[in-house]
Amino acid sequence: MELDGNALAGDLAEVFAVEMTTARFTCAGCRHADAVATLRVWTRAPGVVARCPSCGDVVLSLVRTPARVVLTLTGTARLELPV
Amino acid sequence: MARTALPGRLTWQAATVTAVRQETPSARTLVLDVPGWPGHLPGQHLDLRLTAEDGYSAQRSYSIASDWPGDGPVEITIQRLEDGEVSPYLTDVVETGDKIELRGPIGGWFVWRPAQPAPVLLVAGGSGVVPLMSMIRERGRLRARQPFRVIYSVRTPEDACFADELKRRVRDDAGLDVHFVYTRSAPDGWPAPPKRIDVATINSHGWPPDFAPDVFVCGPTSFVETVADILVALGHDPKKIRTERFGGK
Repeated sequence: MELDGNALAGDLAEVFAVEMTTARFTCAGCRHADAVATLRVWTRAPGVVARCPSCGDVVLSLVRTPARVVLTLTGTARLELPV
Repeated sequence: MARTALPGRLTWQAATVTAVRQETPSARTLVLDVPGWPGHLPGQHLDLRLTAEDGYSAQRSYSIASDWPGDGPVEITIQRLEDGEVSPYLTDVVETGDKIELRGPIGGWFVWRPAQPAPVLLVAGGSGVVPLMSMIRERGRLRARQPFRVIYSVRTPEDACFADELKRRVRDDAGLDVHFVYTRSAPDGWPAPPKRIDVATINSHGWPPDFAPDVFVCGPTSFVETVADILVALGHDPKKIRTERFGGK
């Protein structure tokens, strides 16, 4: 099922101290930049995969194990966080 | 393994269902008593987690339907998805007195803040009306002066959540307009045949782009993308359009 970055808010709030869906990502693939809330999100993978709404590259993925959260940001060139 | 929560981080907690309210044949509101709820902004959601006896658990996000007057219960309205793993349990099985595990409030982007001075356009597809209802209720409670226009697309009149409340609010509040779009069957005497939301709908029942409204669109993915495309084509600033997709076709 395709969702959007709003659905990441809970998982990211477990990791980050700031509200991350209002943060601004820059896609490492195409340099598109927008709010994390606008990412396209798939939750039925083993973990959560978030893709760029412009080019479709994976911007971030988040996998949960019983004791850890593994956040992969290979596709993120930059994150601007609200403070 | 029990672990101590980090201060300020989001943690799971137990809530109690204090009432249930059938909104439509397939949608139900759960009224939740959440100890220590810090309050929420209209548009925020919560995550709900169900755990089976064998330890399997499933987690879903649900929008909050209620406003927050400073205390009281938190309400979520859930649409049953026929092939859903979680929603049929919430719409058909959960009863008053049951405990539910949740965390929230969550999200800060798809949020209307009453300090935003612009007029507001809310566009809902099906149960996408839920977070928008929280905005409408917050506006009503605060007697906020920003005028709201609402376009609410449903399959049939029976599928409209909060229909009576919306009717009452429109009657009592000159700053609130609600226009229904019926996609499968319209009420008797409705001036138009059933149709999907289109350019004419948004042009006639939204705000002109010159008014620079804050726009919130919530619904199934294809609905949200259609509406966002129409808004941009009509000249609305993409930066003023906030969207929330809840999957589906």
